[in-house]
Amino acid sequence: MWLTKPFQERSTQIFLGVLFAALAVVTVLHLTMPKDSALYVSSYTVTLLGKYLCYALLAVAVDLVWGYLGILSLGHGAFFALGGYAMGMYLMRQIGDRGVYGDPILPDFMVFLNWQELPWYWHGFDMAWFAFIMVLLAPGLLALVFGFLAFRSRVTGVYLSIITQALTFALMLAFFRNEMGFGGNNGLTDFKDILGFDLRTNATRLGLFIASGIALAIGYVICRAIVTSKLGRVSVACRDAEARTRFLGYRVERVQLFVFVISAMLAGVAGALYVPQVGIINPSEFSPLFSIEIVVWVALGGRATLYGAVIGALLVNYAKTVFTGVMPDAWLFALGGLFVLVTVFLPKGIAGLLSKRKKADRRDDSDDKDASGAAQEATA
Amino acid sequence: MSIFQEMTNRDRVFEFLVPEHSPVDVRHGGILYLEDVSVSFDGFKAINNLNLTIDDGELRCIIGPNGAGKTTMMDIITGKTRPDTGSVWFGSRHNLLRMNEPDIASLGIGRKFQKPTVFEALTVFENLELAMATDKRVLPTLTSKLAGEQRDRIDEVLTLIGLAPLRDREAGILSHGQKQWLEIGMLLMQKPRLLLVDEPVAGMTEQEMERTAELLTSLAGKQSVVVVEHDMGFVRSIARKVTVLHQGSVLAEGTMDQVSNDPEVVKVYLGEEA
Repeated sequence: MWLTKPFQERSTQIFLGVLFAALAVVTVLHLTMPKDSALYVSSYTVTLLGKYLCYALLAVAVDLVWGYLGILSLGHGAFFALGGYAMGMYLMRQIGDRGVYGDPILPDFMVFLNWQELPWYWHGFDMAWFAFIMVLLAPGLLALVFGFLAFRSRVTGVYLSIITQALTFALMLAFFRNEMGFGGNNGLTDFKDILGFDLRTNATRLGLFIASGIALAIGYVICRAIVTSKLGRVSVACRDAEARTRFLGYRVERVQLFVFVISAMLAGVAGALYVPQVGIINPSEFSPLFSIEIVVWVALGGRATLYGAVIGALLVNYAKTVFTGVMPDAWLFALGGLFVLVTVFLPKGIAGLLSKRKKADRRDDSDDKDASGAAQEATA
Repeated sequence: MSIFQEMTNRDRVFEFLVPEHSPVDVRHGGILYLEDVSVSFDGFKAINNLNLTIDDGELRCIIGPNGAGKTTMMDIITGKTRPDTGSVWFGSRHNLLRMNEPDIASLGIGRKFQKPTVFEALTVFENLELAMATDKRVLPTLTSKLAGEQRDRIDEVLTLIGLAPLRDREAGILSHGQKQWLEIGMLLMQKPRLLLVDEPVAGMTEQEMERTAELLTSLAGKQSVVVVEHDMGFVRSIARKVTVLHQGSVLAEGTMDQVSNDPEVVKVYLGEEA
């Protein structure tokens, strides 16, 4: 089975081991430590870490298409936001008559806009299963239509990047409009509960944090399964020599479309888990700047490794939290500086540093062997 | 009555119902027909009324000075370039002008490029694996697993092209000549009916050239091979029939001796080298 293959890999075993160990440690510390202990992990931190894990899954999705397929998407924020909106719509419907205006069906912003009934595309979102399917379907469909048109016309490279950027910008403008029925620039917020659990309790927050970790693990394994399959090798072939791959009989545009859609759906899941943890989804998630930031995470962590994307997302977002607390204005300069430094000194990112050290170790080993061999010869 | 009989005739189907992937029809002896093909780029006629027929199992060499249209011709056959006029048929059944690159490739036309293009980030073994003739649709590719005989086939080709010791190394580290061999190996994995080989011995040593010549001549018969080459010595060593291209059309055709004694050919091509 192609899906189980990653579990036999050492790198995946290590990744999953570290991830689950971290989840367990945070959970235990949060539940057992007294509040005044230095080791206590506050509910705020748990939610913050959960947010990072969603970003990490998003970064893995971007690395899948950028690192292995050579498609630099500067619009993955759009898929993330669409998944987030699908979840947000479900959470809005869960509010019921507990909203400010107390309407049993209509969300507050619709009452405010004097709408009489629910728009057709809001139907069904009161059911969790429907909303969760839409979390996958909405980004997946957008990626399918967009990818079909782009890849069929053989749009690649910089041009494709610019179009993905335009796509997310266009969606941002559209979602800013009140007539769209997604809450305009305020977005969707004031969520009460998810699947019957109160979102403000610590237990639900911990649950969402663990769910984000599990989603990251599943997403990572799926991506790993794809890149270690023959399709992954064909993707790399498309990335490096598209025309040659075509002459071997592969339909490059279909390979690209398949991987792109999978990646968009993973981004959607990340967005869906992100929204209940931050408590709001608004059009700023569609902003081109956010999509570019994702690419920076991946570049910093190291392309075409998947775990590098996770490291990059976690590190950059941790740095962002710290920096924006200390010097809010300096953050963008710090991010830009970090990006320049890594591009110049670590072209393969942080993951490249790790594998370089591994290679160096191996070389040392063989040097030792040579040395001992020479010594033996000398004694003989 | 005869029309009715034809309509109800069960051993024949309508032309448009014949699936694209039906076997290549070579009953008339030819595997590739180019008829009155012309193509121009910005007014420059790269191919001008080209007529060329390759027989099934033939080994054909195509020579000609730079700009004679040799590479453009290969582009047309493999679907990369569309001609302005003319028709291109693979066997008597498949109209290549109606198909795209992957379709043409899976029909059984393999191509080796002038500049060796291998997948440098993949290992030598993986390069051959990707080239192997199998189901190349997305989902079968995702779930595919190498069967024992497929693995054996790859190892067999690895030995044949002399790259067995470099099996698990990245193709990027190979020398120019080794990349040429790897690409020939990829062609063999594709099991094509027709091989289009663009300058196979560029950058090869004398011995490597000899081995390439041996390999290509051994392939002919089972497969049809079209070789475009500049190296006259190499062409002389393998060619049975030579076609000389000049300014996008056929100038002369025949054995190497006939061609090299043709005054026209001597004037435009061989004369320059002599």
